[in-house]
Amino acid sequence: MELLQVLTEPLSYPFMVRALLAAIMVGVLCPVVGAYMVLKGLSFFGDALAHAILPGVVLTFLLGWPMAIGALASALIAAFLIGLISQRSTLQEDTAIGIVFAGAFALGVAMLSTVNNYAVDLTHILFGDVLGVSQNDLWVILALGAMVLSAILILYKEFLVLTFDPVLALVLRLPATALRYLMLGLIALTVVTSLQTVGIALVLAMLVTPAATARILTRRLPAMMAVAAALGVISNVSGLYISYYLNIASGPTMVLVATLFFGLVFLFAPGRGMIWRIAPTTS
Amino acid sequence: MLPGQKHPVQHDVTMPAIELQKVSVRYDQTVALDSVTLRLNRGDRVAVVGPNGAGKSTLFHVIAGVVRPQEGQVRIYGSGPGGHICVGYVPQRKVIDWDFPVTVTDVVMMGRVGKMGFLRWPSRHDRDVVRAALDEVGMSAYANRQIGELSGGQQQRVFLARVLAQEAELLLMDEPLTGLDMPSQEVILSLIDRIQRNGVTVMVASHDLNQASEQFPLILLLNRSVIAFGPPDEVLTTANLLAAYGGHMHVVRADNGDLLLADTCCSGGAEMLLPTLTHVTAPVIQSVPQSAVEEMRPPR
Repeated sequence: MELLQVLTEPLSYPFMVRALLAAIMVGVLCPVVGAYMVLKGLSFFGDALAHAILPGVVLTFLLGWPMAIGALASALIAAFLIGLISQRSTLQEDTAIGIVFAGAFALGVAMLSTVNNYAVDLTHILFGDVLGVSQNDLWVILALGAMVLSAILILYKEFLVLTFDPVLALVLRLPATALRYLMLGLIALTVVTSLQTVGIALVLAMLVTPAATARILTRRLPAMMAVAAALGVISNVSGLYISYYLNIASGPTMVLVATLFFGLVFLFAPGRGMIWRIAPTTS
Repeated sequence: MLPGQKHPVQHDVTMPAIELQKVSVRYDQTVALDSVTLRLNRGDRVAVVGPNGAGKSTLFHVIAGVVRPQEGQVRIYGSGPGGHICVGYVPQRKVIDWDFPVTVTDVVMMGRVGKMGFLRWPSRHDRDVVRAALDEVGMSAYANRQIGELSGGQQQRVFLARVLAQEAELLLMDEPLTGLDMPSQEVILSLIDRIQRNGVTVMVASHDLNQASEQFPLILLLNRSVIAFGPPDEVLTTANLLAAYGGHMHVVRADNGDLLLADTCCSGGAEMLLPTLTHVTAPVIQSVPQSAVEEMRPPR
């Protein structure tokens, strides 16, 4: 089979074309947002948020409403509860996040277990169902993704100051609290947008892994975002093809490819990779 | 008016640059500042000294309008600190992530963000200001370096350039000299000098009493409350130092009448404060090595 044929054959199925488009869009969106998560140490928060939106997703799913609405509502409630618990008790914020995240996730699974084909639905929500992306889903991904990316572009310098030096943001009288909540909101929107493609359990990898890889390779934030987005697209597209030919689940394959890239860069990146650092410097 | 543009606050240069009236700050149960009253005029240069946990950083945060005191009043050029974008703040080195993917120019440009307003990209003027600021601190050659690739002294110069780009009228520096070698310290001190001569009011937190007394016309001795404030020879008296350092300080009277003071509050050797007071009434303070202090400690 020729290379061109290898690439075009899966595209004879309309569902594969839609999956490819979704994979590309999510591959750009997640790593760009993830860059801030990596730099601000928000990985755990992002993971918790992804799990905490399950009850809302299940509720709107059962009611037949668009999942994005339920997911956003849950995300807001979860963020509010995390803030409430960490401020009104002696517990650290990561403990508060852990409590809310696990509790909400359990609630979501319990709600879903009342449905007949519980196992199939749960698998799709947890690990994504990129092959089941509809025309409508694509428009939703495009609209929400464009919204998030334009917010990041428009507020680039403010987010940069907030992430690098939060005290400077206050000294310059930027609306730091509003910006911080906006950033968390953008992360939530990104998670919701990506759910269909990679699912709750794996969306964190989409957000964090390409961004972390890019951080090792770059020295400026715009470059980091660009490299992260390129890695995200390459991982997702190649992951999709690999999953087609090897007949394995798509979402996990995409994540595995992204993880492989990280491993390679972590080990071999010039100047910063592990091999480079432990190699004897004497010649 | 765009949301990012500030309503001009009253900024009266005939008023004191900084005026604190009985300012108290508490974090949960801990008192960080206790009834601090202070008044600095435009162009004053003050070293803020005191033991670890004396509230030096909190004092700076209050003046910068980042922390709101539970009691008391803060006035910057005649109005509350919240509206001013004229406060330049250089944080402690340890709170900055030096691996962050930003270049020297990126960091200095951050000083302009307050003036640019929302939905604006850096203008030609902003870029000119940044270039001039880097020139002023002698860091133009490093403009495109990632900040982690610089030495500690160069990093401090970049942050001073950021303050210049901000066109700040107050400069607050939190232990800018800690951990720097002597030549770098001298470069930073001479830059502070130059900035102050342009009418900027400067406050520098320091661990080094010796340096503070030599380089600063005014010293604020702080330990949650103001122990003393004034010229070095009035402030650095035995009674005041004991009041400020108290339990953290070992006082030894040597045979020749020298008084030896050692700050034992912090385990890190770099933050040790080891001055010798040759005359108790008019102290000339000199650094002595830690081993000397150990030897001179009285037997228990």
